[in-house]
Amino acid sequence: MKGESSQAFSTKSYKSGVKPIWCPGCGDFGVLASISRALTLLQVPPEEVAVVSGIGCSSRIPAYLNSYGFHGVHGRALPLATGLKLARPELTVLVAGGDGDGFAIGGNHFLHACRRNADLTYIVMDNQVYGMTKGQASPTTEPDWDLSQLTPGGPGMNPFLPLVLALGSGANFLARASSSDPGGTADVLVEAIRHPGFSFVQVLSPCLTFQPEQRKWKKMVRPAPVEATTDPVRAAKRLMTDDNFFVGVLYRGERDPYDESSVEATCELSSLESEFKIHDLARS
Amino acid sequence: MTPERLSITVAGSGGAGVVTVGNTLLEAAGSIGWYARMARSSGPQIRGGEVAATVCLSPQPIQSDPSHCDLLVALDWKNIDRFADEIVLNGHSVVISDPEQGEVPDSIRDSGAQCLAIPFKELAANAGGARVNMVALGITMQLARLTRESIKFTLEKTFHGDRRFTIGMAGVDAGILAALSVNRLDLPPAPTTSCSERWSITGNQAAALGALRCGVRFAAGYPITPATEVLEYLALALPKLGGEFVQAEDELAAVNQIIGASFGGVPAITATSGPGLALMMESIGLAVAAEIPIVVIDVMRGGPATGIPTKSEQSDLNIALYGLPGDAPHLVIAPTSVNDCLDAVYWAVELSEWLQAPAIVLSSQALGQTRTIDDKPPTREQKAVRKVPDQADGAYQRYQLTPDGVSPMTLPGMPGGQYTAEGLEHDESGIPSVRAGDHLRQLEKRRGKLTSFDYGDYWADIQGEGSTAIITWGGPVGAARELLARSHEFDGGLRLIALRLLAPEQPGPMAKVLYGVKRILVVEQSHGGQFYRYLRSCYDLPAPTRSFCRPGPVPILAAEIAAQLQQWNLS
Ligand SMILES: Cc1ncc(C[n+]2csc(CCOP(=O)(O)OP(=O)(O)O)c2C)c(N)n1
Ligand code: SF4
Ligand SMILES: [Mg+2]
Repeated sequence: MKGESSQAFSTKSYKSGVKPIWCPGCGDFGVLASISRALTLLQVPPEEVAVVSGIGCSSRIPAYLNSYGFHGVHGRALPLATGLKLARPELTVLVAGGDGDGFAIGGNHFLHACRRNADLTYIVMDNQVYGMTKGQASPTTEPDWDLSQLTPGGPGMNPFLPLVLALGSGANFLARASSSDPGGTADVLVEAIRHPGFSFVQVLSPCLTFQPEQRKWKKMVRPAPVEATTDPVRAAKRLMTDDNFFVGVLYRGERDPYDESSVEATCELSSLESEFKIHDLARS
Repeated sequence: MTPERLSITVAGSGGAGVVTVGNTLLEAAGSIGWYARMARSSGPQIRGGEVAATVCLSPQPIQSDPSHCDLLVALDWKNIDRFADEIVLNGHSVVISDPEQGEVPDSIRDSGAQCLAIPFKELAANAGGARVNMVALGITMQLARLTRESIKFTLEKTFHGDRRFTIGMAGVDAGILAALSVNRLDLPPAPTTSCSERWSITGNQAAALGALRCGVRFAAGYPITPATEVLEYLALALPKLGGEFVQAEDELAAVNQIIGASFGGVPAITATSGPGLALMMESIGLAVAAEIPIVVIDVMRGGPATGIPTKSEQSDLNIALYGLPGDAPHLVIAPTSVNDCLDAVYWAVELSEWLQAPAIVLSSQALGQTRTIDDKPPTREQKAVRKVPDQADGAYQRYQLTPDGVSPMTLPGMPGGQYTAEGLEHDESGIPSVRAGDHLRQLEKRRGKLTSFDYGDYWADIQGEGSTAIITWGGPVGAARELLARSHEFDGGLRLIALRLLAPEQPGPMAKVLYGVKRILVVEQSHGGQFYRYLRSCYDLPAPTRSFCRPGPVPILAAEIAAQLQQWNLS
């Protein structure tokens, strides 16, 4: 990147040096690169960034970044990140994970995180499969995908549309990106991180091991032909006519973020305790 | 004979104002020097169910539920059968009810209690439309010989001196007059003016205060009976103290939110009951593996499943001790009285912060929802201190092996201290590892930091030096203490061992306090004898040992424990 050397932090500043466990060609490599690139563009000191994740191939990402990280349990990254952000509002908190982690086991937290609208950026590496557990159908898998022994003949249900769910639940910023374009994804992430409230970025990130067809995604993704909107109704219309391969920022909401009311104390604990005191009539 | 205390039960349907009567009696008695305790028994915590408030008065602090009821005031008999088990009457008891509400049920009359009729409803109507419960309050006040001034003072505070106060006092006065015709009750000696500062508090409120005293400034929770009041108090207090409370979407979220806050350096807590604890288990294991201090209060109710939400039991001991997958050492702490909910939670926070391990505090409905007038515990000296380094360099290792097993923990924001908190097994730097050596070293570190710590004298409350030991914990401790006052009635005397620290176990200190014991009775409120089995597996019990275990919802009374010991003598 131009001018990087004159800046305090380069993309290298955000890399931990731990070697990823991912399969060659996994889309998550591209996402990792875009996150460090976005942080470099923002020039946030690594110690002021926390990346929180659940469980899955994609959820391994915190260990590969030089920032504070939390690799928690399956599906609970969003509440963990919410607690951290509300306790430490000055931190830049990113949440990262997979489609199974975020929309299946963690689905309820996803809805409520959108609704709460805390100032978090949620990056879901969507490969329409459970990569980590050897390729089962996820909530975004096509109904006729029949490569898993657990769902012979395919899951037989229509996939969730994560951006639709997020919009309906109150997320304040929506975008789609592709791991095949780390630069474009980094630009989207910069915006997502800067935007107040809950930002949700669905990154199409192929699992070549269990979804070899996804090799084609690279050719199918294209920039959305329209500008981002601030109108949820227009955003909804666009999403309903979307073919799931348009990338770019779709919606910039104007809701106030969840109140991080970590304000100054207004009273002492001893004065709260005195409210339990017995008023002694004999002594008064 | 002068009794040691007076026990009054007010019963009626939900919404009849039973709890207002109980609270008013309690506060009024407190204001003229009594120690007091009010236990609530109710069905579903909504209007329309049945409610009973039992108020005990004594010149001394009160530890336990009363063995019998001296005065029962029934506003109506609608659902009396649902809690008749919990109201023990005898030939000395007095029962007052309104004939308009129907006949006194046989189960009550058969106790031999003296049953009196007072037309509450009519008296209330004649007193300018006062509520029936105010008449009952006046009657009770008069029989307990509390002062009218104390009731007036309390009601004025409750109703902020508005119209309900004036009409209420008219009802109270009608009740006082009506009670003049009733024979006097035997009363305990009047309290002497005490010099200690007393307070009126429930176990749930005390638990919340204990957390706040020890520096907790973040809490999250999902409502559940009978733990909600812990959350309610935290939600009220935390914003005033510069902290934050979050109502989470479920318990899975609540426990992860506090893990996140604590990772950020803010001591954090949640409160729940059995069903919620079950949901939290996986993530409590995460706090073990990632070494994050958190405190989870379980205010136990009857189980399994939804069980008996409004009533007490001690049947979550097994899940608290053994419910985590993997080898997952953690702290389990239990308060030994209503007032001790404060110090037990304080201690849990302190230990959890220092040892970087999760602590489960096992309170119960009986402790949490009982209101007590007791001496206010002084603030303990030591403050929770987490081992946070002053600075870190690039070579920082989060899970470094140290002599005491506790590794310095950097907090986000500290340059050079970056690390990833890991739920996967890891090496000292926190990088995931499946190596046998790393697994063993980290397991031993996590266990060693808990087992090598010196918990001091606070692990148990010990009382008496007799040759019969009663080992118990939580709710039944009060009943056992009451029995200790009658230690001389038992051959060789009694010795009480009330455990506050349930995990990790303390075999060394236990061996010391059991020295010279000739027999041991293990007392608990669980059907399966969970505590007995735990003691059997973790401790050497050097004398014949018997288990007295029975389920809730009825509290375990001193008389039952005494009967167990007497039976043992006979057999
Ligand atoms: C409670 C629990 N259930 C199941 C698992 C097993 N598991 C690990 S990762 C995973 C699915 C991951 O899928 P996704 O989030 O899409 O991540 P990907 O591997 O595709 O990046 C499952 C089911 C687990 N770790 N924990
Ligand atoms: S299994 Fe799929 S998602 Fe997992 S690392 Fe391999 S390619 Fe990536
Ligand atoms: Mg996936």
